[in-house]
Amino acid sequence: MANVALRNVHKIYPGGVEAIKGINFEVGDGQFCVLVGPSGCGKSTLLRMVAGLETITGGDIDIGGRIVNQIEPADRDIAMVFQNYALYPHMSVYNNMAYGLRNRGMPKPEIDTRVQEAARILEIGSMLDRKPRQLSGGQRQRVAMGRAIVRQPKVFLFDEPLSNLDAKLRIAMRVEIRKLQRRLNTTSIYVTHDQLEAMTLADILVVMNGGQVEQIGNPLAIYQKPATTFVASFIGAPPMNLMPLRSDETETQFAGDGRATGEAAVLGIRPEDFVISSEPIAGGIALDLTVEAIERVGAETFLYGTRQHEVQGVAANPGELPPGEVIVRIPGAIAPAIGERIRAIAPRQKLHLFTADGRKRIDL
Amino acid sequence: MVEHRPWNDIIAYAILTLGVFIVAFPVYVALIASTHDAATVIGGNMPLSPGGRTLENYYRAIFVGGSRTSREPVGHMLTNSFVSAIGIAVGKIFISILSAYAVVYFRFPFRKTAFWIIFVTLMLPVEVRIYPTYKVVSDLQMLDTYAGLILPLIASATGTLLFRQFFMTVPDELLEASRIDGAGPFRFFWDTLLPLSRTTIAALFVIQFIYGWNQYLWPLLITTQDSMQTIVTGIKKMLVTTDELAEWQLAMATAVLAMLPPVAVVVFMQRLFVRGLVETEK
Amino acid sequence: MEKSAFFNNKLLPYLLLVPQLVITFVFFYWPASQALWQSFLREDAFGLSSEFIGLENYQALFAEPQYYKAVLTTVVFSTLVAALSLSIALLFATQADKNLKAAPAYKTFMIWPYAVAPAVAGVLWIFMFQPSLGTLARPLRAMGFDWNPLLNGNHALILVVMAAVWKQISYNFLFFLAGLQSIPKSVIEAGAIDGAGPMRRFWTIVFPLLSPTTFFLLVVNVVYVFFDTFGIIDAVTGGGPAGATTTMVYKVYADGRLGGDLGGSAAQSVVLMVIVIALTAIQFRYVERKVQY
Repeated sequence: MANVALRNVHKIYPGGVEAIKGINFEVGDGQFCVLVGPSGCGKSTLLRMVAGLETITGGDIDIGGRIVNQIEPADRDIAMVFQNYALYPHMSVYNNMAYGLRNRGMPKPEIDTRVQEAARILEIGSMLDRKPRQLSGGQRQRVAMGRAIVRQPKVFLFDEPLSNLDAKLRIAMRVEIRKLQRRLNTTSIYVTHDQLEAMTLADILVVMNGGQVEQIGNPLAIYQKPATTFVASFIGAPPMNLMPLRSDETETQFAGDGRATGEAAVLGIRPEDFVISSEPIAGGIALDLTVEAIERVGAETFLYGTRQHEVQGVAANPGELPPGEVIVRIPGAIAPAIGERIRAIAPRQKLHLFTADGRKRIDL
Repeated sequence: MVEHRPWNDIIAYAILTLGVFIVAFPVYVALIASTHDAATVIGGNMPLSPGGRTLENYYRAIFVGGSRTSREPVGHMLTNSFVSAIGIAVGKIFISILSAYAVVYFRFPFRKTAFWIIFVTLMLPVEVRIYPTYKVVSDLQMLDTYAGLILPLIASATGTLLFRQFFMTVPDELLEASRIDGAGPFRFFWDTLLPLSRTTIAALFVIQFIYGWNQYLWPLLITTQDSMQTIVTGIKKMLVTTDELAEWQLAMATAVLAMLPPVAVVVFMQRLFVRGLVETEK
Repeated sequence: MEKSAFFNNKLLPYLLLVPQLVITFVFFYWPASQALWQSFLREDAFGLSSEFIGLENYQALFAEPQYYKAVLTTVVFSTLVAALSLSIALLFATQADKNLKAAPAYKTFMIWPYAVAPAVAGVLWIFMFQPSLGTLARPLRAMGFDWNPLLNGNHALILVVMAAVWKQISYNFLFFLAGLQSIPKSVIEAGAIDGAGPMRRFWTIVFPLLSPTTFFLLVVNVVYVFFDTFGIIDAVTGGGPAGATTTMVYKVYADGRLGGDLGGSAAQSVVLMVIVIALTAIQFRYVERKVQY
């Protein structure tokens, strides 16, 4: 049982490329931390640095109170589940799981107990004699996890383990992983590019971009109060509508608040925070949209609309927002037709405001 | 290597350098020997640095021939080696691309039988059937001819298999599109298949050229006249003299010349060579 | 495996096959069957008449001590060459696999002995080890060791083995390197995380996964020793001294040169054919079952 702390961690490749630009965060004992971000943001690199598979150029990585920068992977008391499972092709499932324990000189009976127990938990007891090539993707995944579990390490590291599975299996396995981790209460760091996976699995969510941390926190908190426009558009699907405001528009819309000081800014509204209505809305935003496309997914419908310049006859909504496409979500399946004009309103407390460069949130 | 131990890399470099040394040393020694005069070489105390007789030795080797042996100058042997190596490479490519084309892209009775007939030849290298083949060549009046040097060595199936494997990876849609465009078998072969096969042909050429150039037993058997010796068989004969000491420095010069073309081919066409090697052995 | 798209010409395919089939028949099947047939005959001294004697040639062959000596020499030779050149090549391949910056340059260097003709390789080595003037023979003799491959059968064999190993290293190196590079890096990393040090990882993970390549190379090396080393032997020792370096192939050649026993020579050829067919068959059968990841 241990926590993992990253203090000012840097990684610079020999060619001069800085992949990790000073990362700080801590994962408490037993917590499930997810690193999420687009391809190339450095999340896998960071994970591999925690594992010891990549060197650390600067800063410290601390596992269970011990700085592990110079310690080899085998001695860090970690276990890793790879994206392509990395099972030993020439060994049986049993031996795949027993290998790590054998290397550490554990007596045979104890190895057997652990392997059997892990096999039971993961429901792969009937496959112990098979070779990896005889197993399906999902089964191999379980064996990979079994290999990690038997070691009873301080930390589990997951490197996009579900990416190679089909969509349905991914959802099922996601739940399994979470249940397993709760049961074993082992500190875990999990890397994914899928924001949905990230949201559902994490106790602590770390959103990364370009080698830096954009935001850390509870998934729901990040969802409700994204710190930058990157986080705002990355977390949540369909993505938040982001609309640039000119300085006069910000002034008009938010000046009364005292906080927004009349500079250019970016306004964000999530599709699900809109309501179709002709009612006036004091302090909020009303948008006149022409419906361009409709997506019905059964329980809800997404409208893609373009904004018009004129805003007609509704009080308390001065200011024109520049044209652009807006996504609106409405519950159910009944929706306006294409070409229809609708008015979508959002209340003030659902508005998000960011500085013009998108790097900072302005609280309203 | 996952662990990050600096002396690990040092050991690796050391071992590899040792490897290069082992590989290069015999050739280096030969090079050096080819630059000294006879006395130095035979005396038993040849230094490891170049001597001053390079031009002289090579000139003599190529154009004059050993004075004490009545051997042909190497220049002529080089020509023979070139002709036979290129003949073998081109010949093999020619017959095997045609037969692979037939076997892959046509349906006809005994197709599979034909393939197996060709395939079996993989099993027996020429060394196993030397005297009977010799008799055939002799009966066909092909002793001491280029034809005799070349033809028996293009009989094996390596080329056919290589092209067959390659043709299998060419998408069927290409053929179908060609047919719709009105192309018959010749057009398809010439306009589409052949250009696609370029790298495979080049790879096979490299391997076969080296194979043909380095042939020893077969040319030894069927050539009796000095004028038909290849450089590889010629070297051995330079060392076998009944009463005189062999002229080692010329023999080494000859050895260097014998190595030059195939090594040059390997070095400059390395990628093709590696590919050809790996593909033919599958 | 068949193409689903094909041409329907009836005559053309046969025409395309003719060159290869003709050459194959004339220079392969005909001589091979001649050899087979002749092995059952005895010809008289003038080659005028021949007599069918069934397996007598074979019986005579297997009763001949020199034949056994040739067989023994061949076996010893191939074992030594295979063991040495495989291990040395594997060592170099593992070092070259380590993602060193200079690895491509090393690779180029290691490849070139392949291009050297066996006969030429033999000449190079005999030059280095020639008792009176060889560069490497001098230190040996200086140490008091009576190095003389021209007179001592064992020395001759050692020399031929060295030359053969030298030549074969590059081929094995290439294939081992390719095999090593086909092992996914993540499997090695998983091994490291599982607590296996470099040596343990090599023997428990890398080497087993390399076994198809190793087996393939083993067969190739044995075939190489049987047949391709003719040039080396002829150049270095001429099969001597006293038959110490005469392999089975060399014996066929030498016996044929002396002339006379066409039947016996044919029988030797047939024995070689059987051996190589067996080896190739093993190779094909095993290589078909390559490990899939």
